[in-house]
Amino acid sequence: MATPKDFGFNEDINMLKDSYARFLSEQATIEKLRPSLEGTEDPYHGQPRVPFFDRDNWDQTVALGMHAVAIPEDQGGIGMGLVAATALAEEIGRYALATPLTNTLLASFILREASTDAASALLASMAEGLRVGLALYGEDGDLGPTSTDVQVTGDTLHGQSWYVTDAQKCDVLIVSAAGPSGIDLYQVDVNAASVTVMADTIVDLTRDQAHIQFDGTDATALTTGGQGADCLQAAMPALLTLTAADIAGAAEWQLQTTAEYAKVREQFDRPIGFFQAVKHPIVDMMIATDETRSLVYQAAAAFDFDRDDAARCAHLAKSSASDTAEFCANRSTQLHGGIGFTWEADVQIYHKRQMHSQFLFGDGVWQRQQLAALL
Amino acid sequence: MSIKSLTAEQSEFQTFCRAWLEENRPPQHPVPLPQAAYEVTDPSHLTYLSDWQAKCYEAGLIASDLPKEYGGHGMTGCQQIASNEVRAANVPYFINWIGLGMAVPTLLECGTEEQKKTFLPPIFSAEHIWCQGFSEPGAGSDLASLQTSAVKEGDQWVINGSKVWTSLGHFAQYMLLLARQDKGNKYGGITYFLAPMDQPGVTVKPIHKMTGESGFNEVFLEDAVVGDHLRVGAVGDGWKVAMATLTSERGAGVGVGAVASESPALVMKQLIQLAKDTQRNGRSVWEDPVWRDRIMKVYERTEASIYNSRRSRLKPLNGGAMRIPLQGKLTGSEIGQAVHQIALGILGLKSSLYVGDAKAPANGKWPLGYMNTYTGTISGGSSEIQRNILGERVLGLPKTK
Repeated sequence: MATPKDFGFNEDINMLKDSYARFLSEQATIEKLRPSLEGTEDPYHGQPRVPFFDRDNWDQTVALGMHAVAIPEDQGGIGMGLVAATALAEEIGRYALATPLTNTLLASFILREASTDAASALLASMAEGLRVGLALYGEDGDLGPTSTDVQVTGDTLHGQSWYVTDAQKCDVLIVSAAGPSGIDLYQVDVNAASVTVMADTIVDLTRDQAHIQFDGTDATALTTGGQGADCLQAAMPALLTLTAADIAGAAEWQLQTTAEYAKVREQFDRPIGFFQAVKHPIVDMMIATDETRSLVYQAAAAFDFDRDDAARCAHLAKSSASDTAEFCANRSTQLHGGIGFTWEADVQIYHKRQMHSQFLFGDGVWQRQQLAALL
Repeated sequence: MSIKSLTAEQSEFQTFCRAWLEENRPPQHPVPLPQAAYEVTDPSHLTYLSDWQAKCYEAGLIASDLPKEYGGHGMTGCQQIASNEVRAANVPYFINWIGLGMAVPTLLECGTEEQKKTFLPPIFSAEHIWCQGFSEPGAGSDLASLQTSAVKEGDQWVINGSKVWTSLGHFAQYMLLLARQDKGNKYGGITYFLAPMDQPGVTVKPIHKMTGESGFNEVFLEDAVVGDHLRVGAVGDGWKVAMATLTSERGAGVGVGAVASESPALVMKQLIQLAKDTQRNGRSVWEDPVWRDRIMKVYERTEASIYNSRRSRLKPLNGGAMRIPLQGKLTGSEIGQAVHQIALGILGLKSSLYVGDAKAPANGKWPLGYMNTYTGTISGGSSEIQRNILGERVLGLPKTK
């Protein structure tokens, strides 16, 4: 099997991408993101902040049907694949958006690999607008599919999940937990009395994160018989690709913003972009961004059309993306000079988002270790 | 390439190319060929490679999509297929790479009807070998400072000056020549010619490279003569015409036939194999996580180049027509250099053994290849010039010059 020459970006998907981009260009401008950061200037002193959640934006996203793109038609979704979801993720990154759409897309691909009635029912609820979060990791942040600190006894969960992204924007959690037959995935109501959400103080201003305590929490099994680890493994290429797409979108913003600044900021009687010491690293940002973007599209196409090659392509994409995130963030601040180092500069917002995205589901070194094992 | 996205005609042509290349693969030449077409100096290699190119042309693998009146085969959407198949078949390269890669696109874009009809067919068949006369001893990265003069006398031009880095100059019948008809006008004082090489005013002298090879030359033009009908574009429009040539040289032009040599993907495979086969500290280099990470990073970038060229053809996804193509030469040459540096590191002390040493791994291919990667990072506008071009033309940054 081979992937299509257009990476599966047919007319429908190009239209979907355009219409979501148009929606965000009107609804999610940086001017709108800015005030949402008011009062967050001092995360350094350890006060967890109330996360920014643009509920209007989410309601409109649901009204447009964007949330249901990767939910199968049988569960009331649109039934498109990873290529379509990737198109949306890239736009989310470009606008540094804190939207439950990210977790909705990720969860859709996890649940599609879980073949239980409970998983189908959750997909159907998501198609109605239910928001999910992913509680997959333990405190040490190990990325293996069996890294959870949560134990299951009967139908109840005990223990803690860590590094739960956008935990304060979700209604239910998909929790990875260890039981007698191995790792399985469970659905939990985040508002249950036995669930305690403890917000983390994090660097990234565009997301929120928490660790979550389960004290005998009632849970519905989404996988059974220890199939949870396999299910996560099968969905992992999609999780990597979507995260890499977010990075590619944000990196393009960093590139364009830095290039624009280099055209207007003058020193030594010239725009600084005249000087090769500034011009050439901006070109290197473009090269890094383009390599990532092409690998992201190939990874999405492989997942939809050539599943046997999906893991390899996804590790390539996230390897490239993680390094691009680090490089473009680094150069965007450096080339903005002193102003780039201030709270007022928009580049700091994207810089911190990229720092976070770089390590989600594993950084470049991790991806290359996984990749080499496949060759 | 996806099978299902090909038309019936294209699919049939692809099957034909595969079968034809398998059946017509030439027997190995008794003396091993150099690594690339620009290193060929042995006349028996020239004959062998010209015959091979002519055969591929006859079969329709070269000039597949060009009109018949220019010697093309008049097909549609088939050149890319032929080029991919040639690259994948691991057959000898096409000797006339400057003709195919630079003269053809330049003539198609800027040549007269008569020039196209006269010059294109013998380029395809390798009957006429072409070379490029742009750089001069005093005009490298600042190409427009070239001083070779062109003085009009009747219906011809008299040329005086010298050119350097002229690959294939020792075999060529024609040169793509830039010469100055007006000393007072830097960019508007240059005119573009198709200069015959076989005349008393042209002397070709080989240059020895750091590798010990001498594939390129210095060319001295002393009262050399070029007819006015061999001028491309208007008098003083040479810089504009040269841009068409350079765009092709930098990997952005309309391909008329792959310059087949070892593809980056194949070299990458060889690198991984080398790491698996080389023992260090009681285990293979491939088992060493530090080396593995370095290898996987260049593997990632090599794969990215492949999907970059696919994306560059997709209007909704390419970020502008020239954005990816103008990166091709820069990234291709820098990735190739990194690959070779890693190979030398894997070989360690063995990398000291060079071509001709009986114990040299792969007959010295890696150190030779490494030194030759500078051809890619310097010629056709160095990597520094490429970054200027990308910054200025794609991102709109202020011009350095």
